[in-house]
Amino acid sequence: MSDNAHAPAAAGHAPHDAHPDSFYIKIWGVLLALLVVSVIGPELGIRIVTLITAFGIAIVKAYLVVKNFMHIGVEKKYVGYLLITMLALMVLMVGGVGPDVLRHDGTRWSNVAAKKVVEDGMKAGSGHGEHGGDPHAAPHGEAHGEKPAEPAPAH
Amino acid sequence: MPTGRLAVWWLIASEIVIFGGVLGSYLMHRLGHPEWANQSVHTSTWKGALNTFILLTSSLSAVLAHNAASRGDGKRAAKLMWATIGGGAAFLVVKSFEWAGEISAGYTITSNTFWSFYYTAAGLHGLHVIAGMIVMMFVATDAAKGKELQRVENAGLYWHFVDLVWIFLFPLLYIAK
Repeated sequence: MSDNAHAPAAAGHAPHDAHPDSFYIKIWGVLLALLVVSVIGPELGIRIVTLITAFGIAIVKAYLVVKNFMHIGVEKKYVGYLLITMLALMVLMVGGVGPDVLRHDGTRWSNVAAKKVVEDGMKAGSGHGEHGGDPHAAPHGEAHGEKPAEPAPAH
Repeated sequence: MPTGRLAVWWLIASEIVIFGGVLGSYLMHRLGHPEWANQSVHTSTWKGALNTFILLTSSLSAVLAHNAASRGDGKRAAKLMWATIGGGAAFLVVKSFEWAGEISAGYTITSNTFWSFYYTAAGLHGLHVIAGMIVMMFVATDAAKGKELQRVENAGLYWHFVDLVWIFLFPLLYIAK
């Protein structure tokens, strides 16, 4: 690890180190401007604007950090492939589990406990005065349990 | 590619799976439980935004430290790394005030699943901030003596990743009400 300890040229990527400090300060300024937009946008209360300004801008901010601060563009290509593979694993996990988590009923099943949790939570409203109250009042195992739906009537 | 930097990229890749799992699980449950909106309204957008500002600024000092190290200016690199460490400390101070307020109001990790995710995700991230600060202390100490300057970039890469995670935690936990 210390073979290049005193060699400034080996202390980083030579090509992108041509950037002066002012370049990074500009990127930081853009990131802060995006932060302001991501906070103000959702205040409008318009769903699509919230999605774009909060989550869309988060992606843009992440891109700016990865590209300009982490210098992914001048890194070996396999680093990018490695990171994309990990992201793909995350997407695979979400895609595989999502249908069971996002939905509380299906053709032949119904997650009664989960539906009750949603119903109770909605009734509780903003939860004033019950900060410690648990909308997931059902026992843990029950909350995640499923029971078969009633057979569909024959047509 | 130097072995040290390759190791940091591998570490970041493994961290993507860790945080990706937590955030992916949170996202799915959040979409499946509209009642969580009643809980998320109690998180402080302004404290979250302040911490985003702090982390973005600490990322700036981290990349400037890398720039200085690339020029062989270990003393400046060390100063900038200490600024980054200061940013991490400021982040934790804001976070501790925020959590103290929430816990005293009755919103604890066992209150309900939203708060369980909230404390788990933010807590895991906070532990990474602390780890990054400790690493930076060692690297900055060496850098001030002009030693092991290549480690400045490696520590910076990790710090930027910690910043990246927060960039996504912020809208998920603080903005999506």
